[in-house]
Amino acid sequence: MMLKKIIFFIFLSSSIHASEVNLELIEIYKNIRCLICQGQSIADSNSDFASTVKLVVQDQLKDGKTKKEIYDFLISKYGEWIVYQPTLNKNNFLLWFLPYLILVFGALIIFFILKKTKDSKDN
Amino acid sequence: MKNNFKKFFIFSFVIFFLSIFTLALKKDNNYSTKNLIGNQISSFQLPSLRNSSFITDKELKQNQFTLINFFASWCAPCRIEHKYLVRLNDQNKNIKILGVNFKDKKNNALNFLNDLGDPYSFVAKDPDGKASILFGIYGIPESIIINKELEIIKKIVGPIDQKDYEEILRLIK
Repeated sequence: MMLKKIIFFIFLSSSIHASEVNLELIEIYKNIRCLICQGQSIADSNSDFASTVKLVVQDQLKDGKTKKEIYDFLISKYGEWIVYQPTLNKNNFLLWFLPYLILVFGALIIFFILKKTKDSKDN
Repeated sequence: MKNNFKKFFIFSFVIFFLSIFTLALKKDNNYSTKNLIGNQISSFQLPSLRNSSFITDKELKQNQFTLINFFASWCAPCRIEHKYLVRLNDQNKNIKILGVNFKDKKNNALNFLNDLGDPYSFVAKDPDGKASILFGIYGIPESIIINKELEIIKKIVGPIDQKDYEEILRLIK
């Protein structure tokens, strides 16, 4: 009975570990663009290219590479287009900061409009 | 004065967005890795298609230039470009061609080379395609020309044509 319990817990822990690895794999797949498909990640594609990249990602994870190392490897081979989440650089800094600038600018406009309305009401 | 400023502001805003859209429309949406030149190829060890030998990146340092060509017997455009590879090998001594047979059957690949000629100084095999990722390949045929320092000096995505052939000659002069 005891032996059965031990076997059950070993099986349970290994399946939990396996599902964690699978989740990490899927997360990586979703961030890698299938270069020969139209707007699909390799997670959504069964193309030849996507299945080969999946094999390489699996191998690299098994070798103990981190997510960042895997992305860096693919970027060095295919350019930054291969990942959906771009890194911040001089070409795309506007894309990252423009929404915040617009937010601040919008808040300032609203603030001044409200202030003006209040002032005119007071007068 | 205030009205003029408002008009100017709206006008600049419209021009700004129109220019962004115009630039975006003019941009080529078909992504290609052919502009990724200057990168050094990774270390590799590829098994031979014919026997149990291997080729590594170190051996390519002995060549003035190397053209790494990914091909397969089932790939129709590979048949079209093959004559240029044969001509390149026959007429130029300062470039060696390394063939990488991609996801193919050995017999079919050997028949392909028997029928169309063998321009390769070494034919390696990549049965599961993993080596192709190491070279940044995403479809075949694709060719990479590297120099002695193993730096990529040109990438050709798709079959080599007359124009590419002439450019290769110019690069390896």
